[in-house]
Amino acid sequence: MSLLNIFEIAGSAMTAQSQRLNVVSSNLANADSVTSSNGRPYRAKQVVFSELVFGGATGSGVKVTGVIEDPSPGKQVFDPKHPLADAQGYVTMPNVSVVDEMVNMIAAARSYQNNVEMMNTAKTLMLKTLSLGQ
Amino acid sequence: MTTLTPLDNLFQFHQNALNLRAFRQQLLATNIANADTPGYKARDIDFAAALRDVTAGRTVSLNASNGRHLGAATGNDPAAVLYRSAQQPSIDGNTVDMDVERNRFADNAVHYDANLTFLNSQIKLMLAALQG
Repeated sequence: MSLLNIFEIAGSAMTAQSQRLNVVSSNLANADSVTSSNGRPYRAKQVVFSELVFGGATGSGVKVTGVIEDPSPGKQVFDPKHPLADAQGYVTMPNVSVVDEMVNMIAAARSYQNNVEMMNTAKTLMLKTLSLGQ
Repeated sequence: MTTLTPLDNLFQFHQNALNLRAFRQQLLATNIANADTPGYKARDIDFAAALRDVTAGRTVSLNASNGRHLGAATGNDPAAVLYRSAQQPSIDGNTVDMDVERNRFADNAVHYDANLTFLNSQIKLMLAALQG
């Protein structure tokens, strides 16, 4: 029954969006992490979405094909007292754009909500179908 | 087409319509789920045309203007799936417009519900006639 497929479609989209939300929170939390286990400043991460085609069925969901690191250079802040400052007195900060991440977070939350409502509608329709003829 | 009893005939139309509605609901769900997927193109069916085709017993096929053309593998789709022409496509190639999709999704759900109500009343009518 094709209505059952909607659960899989919405479910995959919700998984993908929550993964996006996870990455956003990691970026926001590390917006000031000037160093990490590899000794370099934290780099902003982004998820890559792609269409997930189910075998045989018409609908398709969403999957996260990978998490990429933002290649843009980090912000240089002049702070000669900082222990990680270079010879010129500059500290390389992470390349996280807090405003971009906030926008990303709201977009992910809205998409997630949309999928939840979609699932609710499909559930209502299916329950009504089950009670057909009673 | 298989031979239908009068009872089958009575419910056939609503059965076809419900099938198409469920199929369309799935396509619209796919559109909403892929609202953030780069390069994804929104899909939909022409419901009126699809219902006309199904009611007339026609199946989905490609036009062949030459005898050597191959038919398309259409699978089990009850209707021809079309791409929506986007009003405001985004720069990543995605053509899902969330307002349009939500609108169609709700509209389709109400129609599905209406179909069920009609079918239910037909069933009740038939039961009343059978039981007296």
